[in-house]
Formats: sequence, structure tokens, C-alpha cells
Amino acid sequence: MRERESPKAKRYARLVEQEKPKISLFSNVVRAFVTGGIICLLGETIRTYLLYLGLSQPLAGVWMSISLIFLASFLTGLGVYDEIGRFGGAGSAIPITGFANSIVAPAMEYRSEGAILGLAARLFIIAGPVIVYGLVSATGFGLLRSVFR
Amino acid sequence: MNFFWAFIFGGAVCAIGQVILDKTKMTQADLMVVLVVFGSLISALGFYDPLVTRFGAGAMVPVSNFGHTLTQGVIIGYQENGFLGALEGGLGKASAVLGAAIIFGFTMGLLFRPKG
Repeated sequence: MRERESPKAKRYARLVEQEKPKISLFSNVVRAFVTGGIICLLGETIRTYLLYLGLSQPLAGVWMSISLIFLASFLTGLGVYDEIGRFGGAGSAIPITGFANSIVAPAMEYRSEGAILGLAARLFIIAGPVIVYGLVSATGFGLLRSVFR
Repeated sequence: MNFFWAFIFGGAVCAIGQVILDKTKMTQADLMVVLVVFGSLISALGFYDPLVTRFGAGAMVPVSNFGHTLTQGVIIGYQENGFLGALEGGLGKASAVLGAAIIFGFTMGLLFRPKG
């Protein structure tokens, strides 16, 4: 240490600390809860309607997922899902809609780098790891379960 | 009542995820991967199906359900066709959702330009 912090600098540091926007954990968590909850509520609404139409439980689940993925992809294209993401944080990332968003957003962003190594390759930048770890763990845990049942 | 539980459970998963994001150095991508692996583990232990029965879309919408789908595909595939069945079953069961995500992603990537 060459020089001790002057009182002035200390006061300045304290001021900066005070003026920094307080990112409250509580408010983030509440927003994530509400956003994620609403997306699941939407999913349940779609699922209930599909079941009402006479689809089986598994089919209704798959079509619900596909509907949400389509909706999220489209909203990402329009730039709306980014706004939802800014508000909802994990609440917009964790639902399947966040997975769709993680595919569409880089696809749009990197399209200018070409149709192959731009759009098509970058599309998997987050989806890729999700699929890899998902499949590896599912195969591992699934086989363990099958062998030691 | 189904709607209420879907909201509460889905919201709770996201709230826990937000705490993890804020309290650790994990990114959203890390969180998604961890959730999928966790969903896969819970599914293999037999705890995921009861969650789906109880909370409906609240358990089916979070990405952990992707791990669940893959794992159930592996387990059912193994019963029907041994190791080959297990390899087919995982992606087999998830293929509709994955296919939709890739096709919509590609199409939207072509149709739209990023803002700003």
C-alpha cells in the first residue's frame, strides 16, 4: 500500500454504495415466482382445453409443450420474450418457454454470421448442453433404475 | 384447483431457481442444465410422476420435465428392447418437443431480426 485511502475517497465509496440500485433478492424472487407461475398457469389452461377436446394425458402434455414452444419462439422473434425475461429472471428461463427462447434468440442474433455456422450452429448454444446433460443423465439414471429395480 | 396448484408449484420452482441465480455464480444456462439433470434423477427415483399428477403443468412446464421425459423414455425403452431400446427411448420420447423447438427456432431465426 503506497497511500492510505483518504477520508474523501472513503466518503465517496460510501456514497457510491448508497446510490447503487439495490437489487433486492426478495423482489427478484417474487417476480420469478409470478412469471413462472403464470407460464405454468397458461400451460395448465392449454392442457385442460386439450383434455377437454378428448386428447389422452400424454398427448395433451406433448401438445401443450409444443404450443408453449411455438408461442415463446414467436414472442422471442418479436422481441417480447426479452422483456418478459428482464422482468421474470429465472421465472422466464426455467419453463420450457425459456428453452425455446434460448434457441431462437441466438439463431436470430448470429444469423448474420451465416446460415450454417451462424444460425444453425448457434441455435444449440444453450439447448446443446441441455440436451447433452439431459440425455447422458437420463440414460445413466434410467439404466440404473432399470437394472436395480 | 388444478390451475392454482400449477401456478404455485411452477412458481415455486422458478423462485428457488431465482435464489440460486442471485446467491451463486450460476448462469441461466447452468441453471437449466442442473434442473434437467435433477429432473432426470427425480424421475428415475420415481418421484416425478406423482408431481405431474399433483401439480399438472406446474411440473410439466419447467425444463426439469425434459429430464423426466428422457428418463422415462430410457426406462420404458429398456423394458421393451434392452439397451438398444434404452438408447432409442430417451430421445424418442422427447423428439416431438425437440423437433418442434428446432424447427420453430430455425424459422423464427430466419424471419426475425434482433431489435436494436
